[in-house]
Amino acid sequence: MFPFCFEWAWDMSHVVFMGALWYALSIIGAGLTFAIVKSVFDSAGGGHDDQDPGHH
Amino acid sequence: MKETPLIPAGVKRCSTWQFSLWMTAATAVLAWGVYAMILIWWKGLNQTNMNDAYGFALWIWADLAIIAIGGGAFFSGFLTYIIGKKELKNIINFAVIIGFICYSCALLILAIDIGQPLRGWFIFWHANVHSMLTEVAFCLSCYFAVLTIEFIPLILENPKLNKKPFLHHLSHNMHGIMAIFAATGVFLSFFHQGSLGGVAGVLYGRPFAFREHIFIWPWTFFLFTWSAAACGPCFTILVTWITEKITRKKLVKQSVIQLFAKISGWMIITYIIAKTIDTVYWAFVTAPGMGFTLMDFYASPTYNIGILFAEIVLCGFIPGLILITKRGRENSFLLMTAVILAVIGVCLNRWVMVLQVMAVPVFSFNDWYTYWPSWQEVATTVLPVAYGIIVISLAHRYLPVFPQEKELNPID
Repeated sequence: MFPFCFEWAWDMSHVVFMGALWYALSIIGAGLTFAIVKSVFDSAGGGHDDQDPGHH
Repeated sequence: MKETPLIPAGVKRCSTWQFSLWMTAATAVLAWGVYAMILIWWKGLNQTNMNDAYGFALWIWADLAIIAIGGGAFFSGFLTYIIGKKELKNIINFAVIIGFICYSCALLILAIDIGQPLRGWFIFWHANVHSMLTEVAFCLSCYFAVLTIEFIPLILENPKLNKKPFLHHLSHNMHGIMAIFAATGVFLSFFHQGSLGGVAGVLYGRPFAFREHIFIWPWTFFLFTWSAAACGPCFTILVTWITEKITRKKLVKQSVIQLFAKISGWMIITYIIAKTIDTVYWAFVTAPGMGFTLMDFYASPTYNIGILFAEIVLCGFIPGLILITKRGRENSFLLMTAVILAVIGVCLNRWVMVLQVMAVPVFSFNDWYTYWPSWQEVATTVLPVAYGIIVISLAHRYLPVFPQEKELNPID
């Protein structure tokens, strides 16, 4: 999973396979972090707009 | 405890005692499954009837089937956020909840099936990058995280939680970037649905499952993704219909259901044509090349040629043809018949690609292998159904799952 695991090899299989995994995890992590940080700032700003629920 | 502040405004729910009675019944079934699950974790896989011939058995079928029927979540996300079918926003919340239930159950079943869940993390840490199942484990876990992220904003819309400014903003902000999560979900789903099919297709030593390839991907890779995208929406429609019958309310406008059914119908028809071509090529080229005739694979009383007919014609072409015709979709009996047949069809396909693969004798001196699941296997397979009922019941009662509910069921 990581380059410091004993079975790791710098070959195409590892780079493509693990690269795709970390790419997906990075997008999920970055998206979640953005939403949380923005919510902290929005809350600190004191706004609480009455959104219509169910706007998924 | 007064429940009113927890229930979304403008909708009617059953009384607390009715709800408690319903939940008690579902919890009793859940408890039976949990008891079997603890027994398996405590005593080991000797509690199952799996054997040397059936290393993949009822659990793996259940796993593949619920992942396929949970495909409505990623496909509705794809249609709504990437293709731009905005009408489907009225059903996507429910599709996400169904997907969440299906994928959490799939992971639970895998945790039971591996026998030693304490070593479950090995597949991540010591990843075999040449294994399709490693890819499945990665994508399944990541996609479950995506589904959880998609479910959280809905939970935060509970009236009580939504009063907290931070949670209100978090829900709003997560909605704002949902397209990114949906796109990631589509990417992950494409690969894990496909790889589940790929596992069967690369079994060179089992001519019943083996298929020809494009690069490293056997045809089953594409057929599995295609069938999940085709039949997943049917399961979403089916569960919506069941929920409407139980709650005795219309929850989603018929135009939304019709659109979802129409897209699903075209996906089913194109999938089943591809599946037919694949089957014909396998029957007349691949299998004979390995020394087998088509009827060698259907020479058992259980697995006769009828199963192939049921999968391709009865549960493939028929529901597909019903759903692509306007008259078929507008007739509620035909619509629900088609939806049920499509769901049965994809489950049957997964059964064939897991259990019939194990049953077919590989050598001429072998007989057909038989297997009957133990009660512990059955109980842990029923567990997800009870769990699903509980999650859907709670979500429907306390969350604004269906945006059109108020409009369709005005309170005097």
